[in-house]
Amino acid sequence: MTATVEENTEAKPGAVPTFEVTLRIERYNPEVDDAPHFEDYRVTVHGTDRVLDALHQIKWDQDGSLSFRRSCAHGVCGSDAMRINGKNRLACKTLVKDVNPGKPITVEPIKGLPVEKDLIVDMEPFFQAYRDVMPFLVTTGNEPTRERLQSQEDRERFDDTTKCILCAACTTSCPVFWNDGQYFGPQAIVGAHRFIFDSRDDGAAQRLEILNDKEGVWRCRTTFNCTDACPRGIQVTKAIQEVKRALLTNKF
Amino acid sequence: MQTHKYDVVIVGAGGAGMRAALESSTRVRTAVLTKLYPTRSHTGAAQGGMCAALANVEEDNWEWHTFDTVKGGDYLVDQDAAEVMCREAIDAVIDLEKMGLPFNRTPEGKIDQRRFGGHTRNHGEAAVRRSCFAADRTGHMILQTLYQNCIKQGVEFYNEFYVLDLLLTDGPDGVQRTSGVVAYELATGEIHIFQAKSVVFATGGTGKVFKTTSNAHTLTGDGMGVVFRRGLPLEDMEFFQFHPTGLAGLGILLSEAARGEGGILRNADGERFMERYAPTIKDLAPRDIVARSMANEVREGRGAGPNKDYVLLDLTHLEPAHIDAKLPDITEFARTYLGVEPYTEPVPVYPTAHYAMGGVPTNVEAEVLRNNTDVVPGLYAAGEVACVSVHGSNRLGTNSLLDINVFGRRAGIAAAEYAATADWVDLPEAPEALVVGMVESIRSRSTGERVADLRRELQETMDRNVQVFRTEASMKEALGVIDELKERYANVVVQDKGKRYNTDLLEAVELGFLIELAEVITLGALARKESRGGHFREDYEARDDVNFMRHTMAYRAPVTEVDNGPRFADEVRLDYKPVTVTRYQPMERKY
Ligand SMILES: Cc1cc2nc3c(=O)[nH]c(=O)nc-3n(C[C@H](O)[C@H](O)[C@H](O)COP(=O)(O)OP(=O)(O)OC[C@H]3O[C@@H](n4cnc5c(N)ncnc54)[C@H](O)[C@@H]3O)c2cc1C
Ligand code: SF4
Ligand code: FES
Repeated sequence: MTATVEENTEAKPGAVPTFEVTLRIERYNPEVDDAPHFEDYRVTVHGTDRVLDALHQIKWDQDGSLSFRRSCAHGVCGSDAMRINGKNRLACKTLVKDVNPGKPITVEPIKGLPVEKDLIVDMEPFFQAYRDVMPFLVTTGNEPTRERLQSQEDRERFDDTTKCILCAACTTSCPVFWNDGQYFGPQAIVGAHRFIFDSRDDGAAQRLEILNDKEGVWRCRTTFNCTDACPRGIQVTKAIQEVKRALLTNKF
Repeated sequence: MQTHKYDVVIVGAGGAGMRAALESSTRVRTAVLTKLYPTRSHTGAAQGGMCAALANVEEDNWEWHTFDTVKGGDYLVDQDAAEVMCREAIDAVIDLEKMGLPFNRTPEGKIDQRRFGGHTRNHGEAAVRRSCFAADRTGHMILQTLYQNCIKQGVEFYNEFYVLDLLLTDGPDGVQRTSGVVAYELATGEIHIFQAKSVVFATGGTGKVFKTTSNAHTLTGDGMGVVFRRGLPLEDMEFFQFHPTGLAGLGILLSEAARGEGGILRNADGERFMERYAPTIKDLAPRDIVARSMANEVREGRGAGPNKDYVLLDLTHLEPAHIDAKLPDITEFARTYLGVEPYTEPVPVYPTAHYAMGGVPTNVEAEVLRNNTDVVPGLYAAGEVACVSVHGSNRLGTNSLLDINVFGRRAGIAAAEYAATADWVDLPEAPEALVVGMVESIRSRSTGERVADLRRELQETMDRNVQVFRTEASMKEALGVIDELKERYANVVVQDKGKRYNTDLLEAVELGFLIELAEVITLGALARKESRGGHFREDYEARDDVNFMRHTMAYRAPVTEVDNGPRFADEVRLDYKPVTVTRYQPMERKY
């Protein structure tokens, strides 16, 4: 922990320390502001507090107009991706003590999607890209009466990309996406990967054709930002590479 | 103000809402209104699994599953409903597999199954492998799969629309019929009227009544509150499940799967204390029993940690590879939020408010009841918001993911079939009035108390007084606080006065539902002078089948004054409804 973190002297051994931090938050309400600006807020947090807890403290006790999305508060719903100290993270999965709390912590909306208010962005273009890659099982032939069989190896093949919570941390950390809003972005490729490599699926050819488009996988320049950003630990770049290879070799 | 017209409107896009939408949207014109993007719904947080007697790995049948459900619910389960659920469970799992859900597999490639609390072979002989799962993110996979299929079918969603009122219109026969809902659009602050022949409520639970909870910030019981304010009953609200293993101090859930896979609960002395409380199935006893045992260990001074206020979940004897394969997400929660390495250290845990067994009463067709026997034409409910009642006084693990699929599907079909033949019902006069009064009275107030302060007081009193252990005195204390909060709520003030994404305002509206429901929960619990399932009275420790083997039905007169929002003016009236018993007579619940 940093030097500013003061141990609470009265605490019992094993108890959690508290400390003060500044959050420097990008604020923008198009109803009243001409342009985004930063505002500083000072809060006292516990060692186990998440950035989301700090944001809540500000909203609940200081400035109710601060706006952000959140729901589950433990990294499973994908609501609260934001730029924290310049890096895309989930506010609910990032402990304040881990983001250099000795200095002001900057919090900004994720980049590349239109800002609606404060930390809330328009997610529609992102979800549209996902919907465009046919993210559902496509099957042909007769349905079996019981479950389809799938070997444990075949199930494992696409396990990594099933973890995606559609938080957009990857897509909005991608420089290609920032410069070209038409690019599907890494998440859509992850979404397609999850089905392309599912042994039960027969829609890979169609999906690959969609991704072969000029705004598809070939725009990826392998900068690895997406993999670094993913709060679910998905090997995003690897998934993209596998999709590229499937396009070249027609094997999947 | 905009007006829309659909045959069916579904409120909520969690598991229950989307399962309903997949049925309804192929039959009639359907809209799904949801305050969250569908994939943000809390179904995605469910971890452990979904039970069905597939018998893929050992002998099993749905009748055993029914028995476990009835016994687990401490005989307050409506047995006809439990039969429906357990029988249809098998198809519900197979349907999800066909939709693409990536279940874990057996070596033969079938859907794998594992043990889960309270699920047994042959009426309690031994634990049975009945839970179908996808690692420890079963709910995530269900939510994703249902959403993916909604995309495939082109289901129409209205995302970030908060439904704040239900529209009922008096019919010529004096019976109220469903005519639609009123929604508030988060992005613009605009009010929308949705006229509909059928409405399905699938708004999930209300865990935020409590401070320590596994539930999302957004689980504020809106659907229950909306329906209740229109004079319709709520059933069995006093039964709330406290899940044994929440991360201490945080409430974040560590699935029962951790114990299903071999995890053991220990007190500060390292003792496996569940051997004393449930000698046969020990750590896999039903949740209410485990939660009370844990709280009792802490109360009697055997808690661990600096304040002796939690117990320990020990996974250290399991192979790290096994943990990684079966429990990857929940062990990561322990690392991320408590800095504890489950391979080598036991994890601090304490009970956390988890699941509302009660809710909007329905029959097995998911039709909403307006009293013990009659339904409200055109109104349906499914999922955690509803009370069928398949969970009775204590839900078995994995039975909610099952409930949302079975009854979500039934609600979607029933709502669509009703709408296909029913006539349009005229909207009531000034349909928007209640919602406009509610939001504008809050928005326009310039001084008063903060929402967060009231909410904190509410949650603290509920945790302190209406949690795992309850007494008449503790509940009267809670009611005193709630009464005060009801008055103070008339003075809440928000700082954000704008139209755009005004979450400040909506938190104030949600607080109104929380206060309303906290009162119903506590009044029901106070009147129930017995202990059963999730409801434990220290002053009445025994189950009392003579006086209390019956469902509580709570009513309040419908809101009439609309200009200033809800007033909580009238008293809550409690009534009772008989339990449906088919083949299982109540027995003592021993494990
Ligand atoms: C951490 C955790 C783990 C769990 N694990 C399991 C498990 O392993 N097995 C099991 O069987 N059960 C489990 N459960 C329980 C189960 O997940 C839930 O009971 C179930 O998913 C509820 O589904 P639902 O569709 O009823 O509601 P939710 O999924 O909560 O969805 C509610 C929907 O309603 C919408 N909504 C709410 N209010 C409004 C409003 N005013 N207007 C418009 N829309 C609104 C929301 O946007 C959301 O889409 C778990 C629960 C938790 C919290
Ligand atoms: S791949 Fe990872 S970062 Fe990208 S949307 Fe999915 S969970 Fe978020
Ligand atoms: S609030 Fe759900 S991921 Fe952060």
